[in-house]
Amino acid sequence: MITQSLTVSAAVAIAERRSGRVDAGVRAGRARTLMLRNALALRTNNALSFLTGFVEPVIFLLAFGYGVGALVGTITYGGMTLPYAVYVAPALLAVSAMNGAIFDSTFNVFFKMHYLRIYQAITSTSLGPLDVALGEIGWAMLRGAMYAAGFLTVVTLLGLTTSWWALALVPAAMLIAFAFASVGMAVTSYMSTFHQLNWMQFVLLPLFMFSGTFFPITAYPEWLQVVVAATPLWQAIALTRGLFLGVLEPALLIPVAYFAVMAAIGLIVTTRRLDRLFLR
Amino acid sequence: MIRARALTKAYSRAASAKRAERRPSEDTSAKRAERRPSEVSTGSDGGRTLLAVDGIDLDVAAGESFGILGANGAGKSTTMRMIGATLQRTSGELTILGRDPAHEGPVIRAHLGVVPQQDTLDTELTVRENLLTYGRYFGLPRTALVPRIEELLDFAQLQDKRDEKVEALSGGMKRRLTIARGLVNDPSLLLLDEPTTGLDPQARHILWDRLYQLRETGVTLVLTTHYMDEAEQLCERLVIMDAGRIVAEGAPADLIRTYSSREVVEVRFGTNRNSEVLPHLHGIGDRIEELPDRLLVYTDTGESDLQEIVARGFMPVTALVRRASLEDVFLRLTGRSLVDG
Repeated sequence: MITQSLTVSAAVAIAERRSGRVDAGVRAGRARTLMLRNALALRTNNALSFLTGFVEPVIFLLAFGYGVGALVGTITYGGMTLPYAVYVAPALLAVSAMNGAIFDSTFNVFFKMHYLRIYQAITSTSLGPLDVALGEIGWAMLRGAMYAAGFLTVVTLLGLTTSWWALALVPAAMLIAFAFASVGMAVTSYMSTFHQLNWMQFVLLPLFMFSGTFFPITAYPEWLQVVVAATPLWQAIALTRGLFLGVLEPALLIPVAYFAVMAAIGLIVTTRRLDRLFLR
Repeated sequence: MIRARALTKAYSRAASAKRAERRPSEDTSAKRAERRPSEVSTGSDGGRTLLAVDGIDLDVAAGESFGILGANGAGKSTTMRMIGATLQRTSGELTILGRDPAHEGPVIRAHLGVVPQQDTLDTELTVRENLLTYGRYFGLPRTALVPRIEELLDFAQLQDKRDEKVEALSGGMKRRLTIARGLVNDPSLLLLDEPTTGLDPQARHILWDRLYQLRETGVTLVLTTHYMDEAEQLCERLVIMDAGRIVAEGAPADLIRTYSSREVVEVRFGTNRNSEVLPHLHGIGDRIEELPDRLLVYTDTGESDLQEIVARGFMPVTALVRRASLEDVFLRLTGRSLVDG
């Protein structure tokens, strides 16, 4: 039997406690509840598609790091002479963080938005659009970070890790994944068909190939180097490579600031779009 | 509980086109185009605006079960979304539980249970997980939710499906689960947008039974429907909406008394003969309405009027004398029948 309480319900009391806040209209502070939902849904999602994220960078490492690496031998980077596999490994880690975050924040978010329609259900509760954004982006971040941690383990087992600073790659991967996911979700909120999402490959593939992943950008003319250095994946690789090699310089703060700004812009746009789509 | 004055929702033309796309049954014929909500020119640039809800007034008291009756596209769902604080009005005054949804959306939504027209159940989760996650969205602690979920599963008669995927449920079960989900936060107001559309008769009766039970516990119900039997069964009071406006308001029985005779004689003479026979029936009943497939004679003396028709030499193919219903009220007020006229 359904009992109807005479006093104010618990849900209302919870919402009222937050109602005085500046951000009360967009955020209830419960992004984790959406992450819990995603964790529960993971069992039904294709676990294999989740695993590919772990396997992909390993395949690239074997093919390029060792395959191509046997031809290249060593590479000079920042005054150091490195085995080629050591050169590409941290870049592949940045790529896996990016791919994990982008996949989750684009295809998965699009599916939830237009087919599962779960945001429609969520926005009819007291949860706000910023909670939804933080929940999804936070989830994508976890996914990216898990891939990065898994790959770091493989790389370490292969004996490529030389510095304890490599452990800092896990929080670095979280930052990278968060920034990519927030922009990915913002872009996805403007998409109306699945094939528009495929256009993103046009952006991601050149980023992957030409951002200093497999060869130093000094191979480019000066002006092109400036362009590439402004792209997010180059910034990500600058960060992961610096930490992986234990070369700590103040310049590593540039990518950190870069991703903080990128994450903030993505979050703001995503929140506004969700509000516009589901609450206006 | 709800107080709406001159409530309006307008879409710019681009936005309305997008919304129309999402609507499953889109009106296309020219005849139906007439009943689209009014389109008005605004601004110096001559840009057009579609008014989905055009200045409606309504009040709903606590504990009441209130209905919004109308055909597809009348503005029912738009009204419901405005009451649900997930769609903002363009103008007018709206308070839900004494609060303005433009500023206090989250608190209002914490008070509400929402059962949308299309199921928005989480198909990646089980029945029980749907209730759990939805409760968590409201910030309810797991310890409070565990016993609550048991109550709700009993209420929705879904105990034996608790660990099934949502996809394995029938249409009626999904709808019951959606209602149970809407009750997880112990709402004082439950909004049901066409709760039984698309369900078979048996599933509808089970659902009505559940909603009766809710009414008895004091939950305020606001529901939209295009089934007059549903409105008569569930609503103490209702408004009839047409093209974004309210055309009548009252208790079902009062509306029938006001806008219709006590009885209706339905006679069919065959598709082409209905309009031929019509002029010869002059003087029978209070009023005669011609529909494509039949004539409706509004009267207080159905049986004797039917005898009179036959006496005048017109033998109907089929004939039926019935009590007047909300369908007749709707026909009278809008000139069309309610379901896909």
